[in-house]
Amino acid sequence: MAVRRIAEEQPENFAFTPENSAWAKLLIDRYPEGKQASAVIPLLWRAQEQNNGWLPEPAMRKVAEILDMPYIRVMEVATFYTMFQLKPVGSVAHIQVCGTTPCMLRGSDDLIDICKKRISKNQFEITADGKFSWEEVECLGACVNAPMVQVFKDTFEDLTAETFEKMLDDMDAGHKVKPGPQASRHLSVNSAGRSQLFDVSMNYGEKADPYIAPYIMAGNATLIDNDARSYGTKSSVTHDDAVKARKQGKVTKKEVKSTTKKDVDEKGMTSKAALQKPTTQELEKEETETQAKLSALPKGASAEEKANAVGKKPRGLVKPRKEGADDLKLIKGVGKVIEGKLNDQGIWHFNQIAKWDRPEIIWFDTFLSFKGRIDRDGWIEQANILAEGGETEFSNRASKTAKKAD
Amino acid sequence: MTAFLEDKDRIFTNIHGFYDWGLEGAKARGQWDQTANFIKKGRDWIIDEIKASGLRGRGGAGFPTGLKWSFMPKESDGRPHYLVVNADESEPGTCKDREILRHDPHTLVEGCLIAGFAMGAHAGYIYVRGEFIRERERLQAAIDQAYDAGLLGKNAAGSGWNFDLYVHHGAGAYICGEETALLESLEGKKGQPRLKPPFPANAGLYGAPTTVNNVESIAVTPEILRRGASWFSSFGAENNKGTKLFCVSGHVNNPATFEESMSIPFKELMDKHCGGIRGGWDNLLAVIPGGSSVPCVPAEEIINCPMDFDSLRGLQSGLGTAAVIVMDKSTDIIRAIARLSYFYKHESCGQCTPCREGTGWMWRVMVRMAEGRAQKREIDMLFDVTKQIEGHTICALGDAAAWPVQGLIRHFRPVIEERIDQYTHRAVKDGAVMEAAQ
Repeated sequence: MAVRRIAEEQPENFAFTPENSAWAKLLIDRYPEGKQASAVIPLLWRAQEQNNGWLPEPAMRKVAEILDMPYIRVMEVATFYTMFQLKPVGSVAHIQVCGTTPCMLRGSDDLIDICKKRISKNQFEITADGKFSWEEVECLGACVNAPMVQVFKDTFEDLTAETFEKMLDDMDAGHKVKPGPQASRHLSVNSAGRSQLFDVSMNYGEKADPYIAPYIMAGNATLIDNDARSYGTKSSVTHDDAVKARKQGKVTKKEVKSTTKKDVDEKGMTSKAALQKPTTQELEKEETETQAKLSALPKGASAEEKANAVGKKPRGLVKPRKEGADDLKLIKGVGKVIEGKLNDQGIWHFNQIAKWDRPEIIWFDTFLSFKGRIDRDGWIEQANILAEGGETEFSNRASKTAKKAD
Repeated sequence: MTAFLEDKDRIFTNIHGFYDWGLEGAKARGQWDQTANFIKKGRDWIIDEIKASGLRGRGGAGFPTGLKWSFMPKESDGRPHYLVVNADESEPGTCKDREILRHDPHTLVEGCLIAGFAMGAHAGYIYVRGEFIRERERLQAAIDQAYDAGLLGKNAAGSGWNFDLYVHHGAGAYICGEETALLESLEGKKGQPRLKPPFPANAGLYGAPTTVNNVESIAVTPEILRRGASWFSSFGAENNKGTKLFCVSGHVNNPATFEESMSIPFKELMDKHCGGIRGGWDNLLAVIPGGSSVPCVPAEEIINCPMDFDSLRGLQSGLGTAAVIVMDKSTDIIRAIARLSYFYKHESCGQCTPCREGTGWMWRVMVRMAEGRAQKREIDMLFDVTKQIEGHTICALGDAAAWPVQGLIRHFRPVIEERIDQYTHRAVKDGAVMEAAQ
């Protein structure tokens, strides 16, 4: 067992941001009636993420109140699980070095020495500039890529003394650091090349970029992906409820966004989509109709045939306009793959998307088999803002990350 | 019997993450095919098929999966049934479930629907270890896709069965990989194991019948049903059937995670998938074949040993999670095992005295032995204490802490003695008096 005590200096109080409160409500619904205590670890974790990577005592009280639990039970949990940091940690990085045998065999001692030299002799002490702290942790479950460290959400693997120093330098200088293996190697594949799965006659699906998400510093709760969508609640399973709950979720999302949109509106720009925004009932009706039309189609109909049956294909351009194609990835919900598919259909610019009407939205939604994602992510609204040269919360973040890389 | 697995027989065809992890990619790889048909064939058919396939649990203990499912009550007595998936992969050396969660999550999601139906559960919880944050996000994204495609929720995948699947996570406690500690944690408490009986199949999550399975055990089931039990049981030796994900770390030339048939001899496995041992086969010292909890095996015993449950048990070790930790002759084996003792000391939940006190005691003695600062009679005392911890705790963490030390003493006693001699020799040279003053 590890001795774990809470910090002597604690903030006065703690409150979840409105977004995190809304998230917490959805999360609690995942557990049966009266079993809301189950949500204690996820809630404490969210509190820690919101509070710059450490968990203050008032947050434990807050979580206890939300979940209707005795304070001591929550504190018991917070002190039992070692991922809850009970003291402040470095603002740029809290380095968690795995020191268990598999990493030790591959040289984690060197990494610990570097931490001692560069950060602090003792664990959990913050550097004078407040940027770094470190601790030795037990196996983090990436032994094939040993030695490794975890920093907040990300792991940095296959480290050597040199690459680890470089990683710390880059973080210190505010450069972007790519998580994952730091040696030239694809994830957990044999570094001399794969030893299995070469059979080219097999269908493996579409090629994909390796799974690397950008490194995110702690303390920025708004950057955290919202992983609590509400589906069937309690033990009675109803997908209909889920759809309804999701739609409600979408409405609140829009309300949050409305500030950005209002700014645009005030500049005297009218958004076509805003005028057309369908109500929940209309959406439901639309969905039933679409489904009915789809089920009438013969089996094995192509995506395009399906889309043509329910919607109208928007007019595309053969190639981008003179000024060059827009970076459609700035729209939340559009990644590299989707961007490629949009380009294939002649969609190159934000204002093309902004002009889509309902049948056109439905066409793309069906073509990309999205089941309403265009509406959920609010492409049209985003495209409107971006087309006018404005910024959305997401594009702002995406371009910042890109800038950091320069 | 010991033929290597061909690509066409691999279940996890995107384990390296070269291809689309999402639903489209999964379908291209043949997943979510005939799922509704299997469910329509009924509960008994599924359980019989899994039993016939010879699948043994992939979480370490190797308990037959089909048999475990059959322990669930046939009819509900009013309480709901739950499926809980143990994705709290924390056994040192083990990183196979991580690859399933981040690269092939739909194998698990589909498996959950089938397993959930087979045990009469309308709800499933996947307990992902706290450190796997990116993996958790990926799994949630896969579940979202499945809901959007109607593969989960009401009338899941058109099977007529309602099934909801949720992701839950821990916050860094090895003990939560023990099934009852996991249930405690899932209920929002400290992860301290429960006394058994009652077993989870009678009173598990929220006091309702529950089955806890490892990620890999669940993720392979859809493919077993698709290809038939006889296909799966055509791999591996008798009573050790199927394919298995191996994750090899430590002193091999190229550590890797891969899927291979059970019962392949150790040497062939390493040569094919990991580029052999660092410095050649003569340089191999010892191997921990199944994650930190199993005793180490010296080189000469393991080289030709088939990698499966029963063969390794014959060497007084075990396959565990098939997390192979290789140590070459540059390893300070005493220190390597002492570090494991520290791990168990750190991760003991503190509920049972033999484990709470014993793990710390063993660690302190092991640290002294790593330096040589010990008496030879203490080796026997240490062995004796491990025997008193083993079997005297609620859960198996006490056993797991004792076994690596036992393995060390069993196979490397001369090394420990030699180190003590060296230390004493140095001390005498520096003028120490070997007899206590009267």
